[in-house]
Amino acid sequence: MRDMFALTERPEVISLAGGLPDTSTFAPELYDHLMSRVAAESTARALQYGPTEGMRVALDCIVQVMAAERTKVDRDEVIVTTGGQQVIDLVCKALIDPGDVIVAEAPTYPGAVPTFGAYQADVVQIEMDSDGMPIDELESVLDRLASEGRRPKFIYTIPNFQNPGGVTMSLPRRRRLVEVARERELLVLEDNPYGLLRYEGEPLPTLYSLDALSGGPGARGGGVSSDFVIYLGTFSKILAPGLRLGWAVAPRPVLEKLNLGKQGADLCSSPMTQLFVAAYFAELTDEGEPVWLEYVERQKDLYRARRDAMLLALAEHFGPHASWTEPEGGLFVWATLDGVDTTDLLARCRDVAFVPGRAAYVDEHSGANSMRLNFAGSPEPEIREGIERIGAAIREQTSLFGSLTEPKAAIVELPQRSRRDDQSSAGGRQSL
Amino acid sequence: MRVARRVAVLKGGWSLEREVSLRSGAQAQEALERLGHEVAAIDVSADLIAQLLEFEPDAAFIALHGEDGEDGTVQGLLETVGIPYTGSAPAACMRCTDKALAKHLMQEAGLPTPDFSAFKESTIKELGVAAALPSVERRLGFPVVVKPARQGSALGVRFARAAGELPGALVSALSYDRKVLIERYVKGRDLAVSLLDAPDAGGAPQALPVVEAVPREEEFYDYQSRYEIGMTTFVCPAELDPQTTARAQQLALDVYRLLGCHGVARVDLMLDEQTGEPTVLETNVVPGLTETSLLPQAADAAGIGFDELVERILSSAFTR
Repeated sequence: MRDMFALTERPEVISLAGGLPDTSTFAPELYDHLMSRVAAESTARALQYGPTEGMRVALDCIVQVMAAERTKVDRDEVIVTTGGQQVIDLVCKALIDPGDVIVAEAPTYPGAVPTFGAYQADVVQIEMDSDGMPIDELESVLDRLASEGRRPKFIYTIPNFQNPGGVTMSLPRRRRLVEVARERELLVLEDNPYGLLRYEGEPLPTLYSLDALSGGPGARGGGVSSDFVIYLGTFSKILAPGLRLGWAVAPRPVLEKLNLGKQGADLCSSPMTQLFVAAYFAELTDEGEPVWLEYVERQKDLYRARRDAMLLALAEHFGPHASWTEPEGGLFVWATLDGVDTTDLLARCRDVAFVPGRAAYVDEHSGANSMRLNFAGSPEPEIREGIERIGAAIREQTSLFGSLTEPKAAIVELPQRSRRDDQSSAGGRQSL
Repeated sequence: MRVARRVAVLKGGWSLEREVSLRSGAQAQEALERLGHEVAAIDVSADLIAQLLEFEPDAAFIALHGEDGEDGTVQGLLETVGIPYTGSAPAACMRCTDKALAKHLMQEAGLPTPDFSAFKESTIKELGVAAALPSVERRLGFPVVVKPARQGSALGVRFARAAGELPGALVSALSYDRKVLIERYVKGRDLAVSLLDAPDAGGAPQALPVVEAVPREEEFYDYQSRYEIGMTTFVCPAELDPQTTARAQQLALDVYRLLGCHGVARVDLMLDEQTGEPTVLETNVVPGLTETSLLPQAADAAGIGFDELVERILSSAFTR
């Protein structure tokens, strides 16, 4: 799979493969101003080591982002990390011994798969539908595991605009997941990189906040802190991945283990970028609004239009034999083809790239007919062109297969134009 | 005494085997530096010629795998700009890289290779090749192996155990190359014989000890496991009786000469468990030089260290 990704680096390739936000929209003048400010006001601090848990000024920014996610947290429940990815690594480092079980969604974040693999976790994946992970399904998996004398070390979920599935976990399922976690005393790793990038619909409460609310009178912090949810956040999608800054909010015992793991991994995340974030969060617009929130709003407008462009292009260029998710936010659409292997398809499409679905499954066999498409990182004309190219390659594969299985069909094949007309009404939301 | 040379290591490129090539190139680069050569590593892209003309190397060390690097394209380009290069010349590269062509040549010369049929994608539509599949199936029997004709490693290689699996396997293989072959599956032991020219011009090529690749689980070891440490167990020298070893090595030498290879090559064979005879699957003109590659293991078993191996390959640029 890695070798296939090499193809996406060629200059003429339209890549819908990355997990990229668009950083070209960040004003160079503002970047210049913030860097100058950090340089002028905090040279020594920026160049020095910082605390493992993160600098106070950065933790304060995180508390603000969490508030925007309608989740109240205290500074001392947070640890700053080197990107959200480090949280996944540190949680595994803290909790996983070889053979331990992690329950994850199917498909799951392709970037988590090698991390889970590196810690030799036994990952059990639960197939999602349009409301995310079915919790009754989760419960039967937990029962089955229990009957084998095993319990997962944690349940890994991306409740909002899931990567790669593009679906969002419904409110009843969120509530039930938190109940199940409490009943069975299981940890949940809530990976929420794009919660604020919602383009339509009402925001849903984080699992962290739901768990904190359901804490009994004995719960620490009087129902503010979560007992069973580890929350993963990041500045990568709401600001810039180049900063490599993320965070975890976690129950105290877990937080301590994460801190210990981080000391071993990198001592602390870069003070330079933490100070950059602090300076950025202090910026206000002429109307007195925080600049960072305004930037998120602008990114949302940009990504919403790109998502719409991709969905339109999919309806036009993918056959009636494909389905795809219509995400309410985030960066990704998950498309599933009828009988076309997407790894082969990527080999055929030498000039456009996407992530083959296999990357989102630990067994590397499932997901063979699915693909992850990023709409956030490319301008609309490229998205349209990219989807058109993939669509053409799908038709090549399908018609080739048709020629090999029904020789007569090859002779009376319909002209492409009329086939395409049929497709404009196809597609739409379907289960994954 | 060795002569210190200016050597451009060509690696990377945009083929599907880019990652492996980068690793081979890095290994070669380190060895060449240890040997005292002046080395420039070039990740091959649009400015290849400009970089070569600027560096003015005495030779180009080709560590490219797959399309362009192994099929004679880069070799032809280097001849055009007058830079000596390691390994085989364009025609031999083309003969080896196109598995269908190589197999036709071997059949003509009476060298054993599994029976096969080759198709181009265009013929499936334009000449109705699907109608010929039943007779191909009858002749080859199942299972068959479907391979892209010009894709190195195991990318796009599929098994078909029954007629129903053949169309899907063909579509897969055709995604990697517009020409594919359907080959009779030979069950047996997976052997590789690497060949290395003598250091002096006119010297006879030497067959290195046989390597056996023992897949750990799957009946066919896939592209990834071929390069991941621990996925495949390699035995070198392979545990074969002396006659079988000699036959495999002689066959590899015959193929090397038939296809006109120069400097270095690796011939992959199957030791047919029914007949006990080796049969040739393919020849690689730019064998991998990664930590887990077969050529360095074979050289090591022959008492040729990695640096000496790289020096011998380099010398092939000057003995053409």
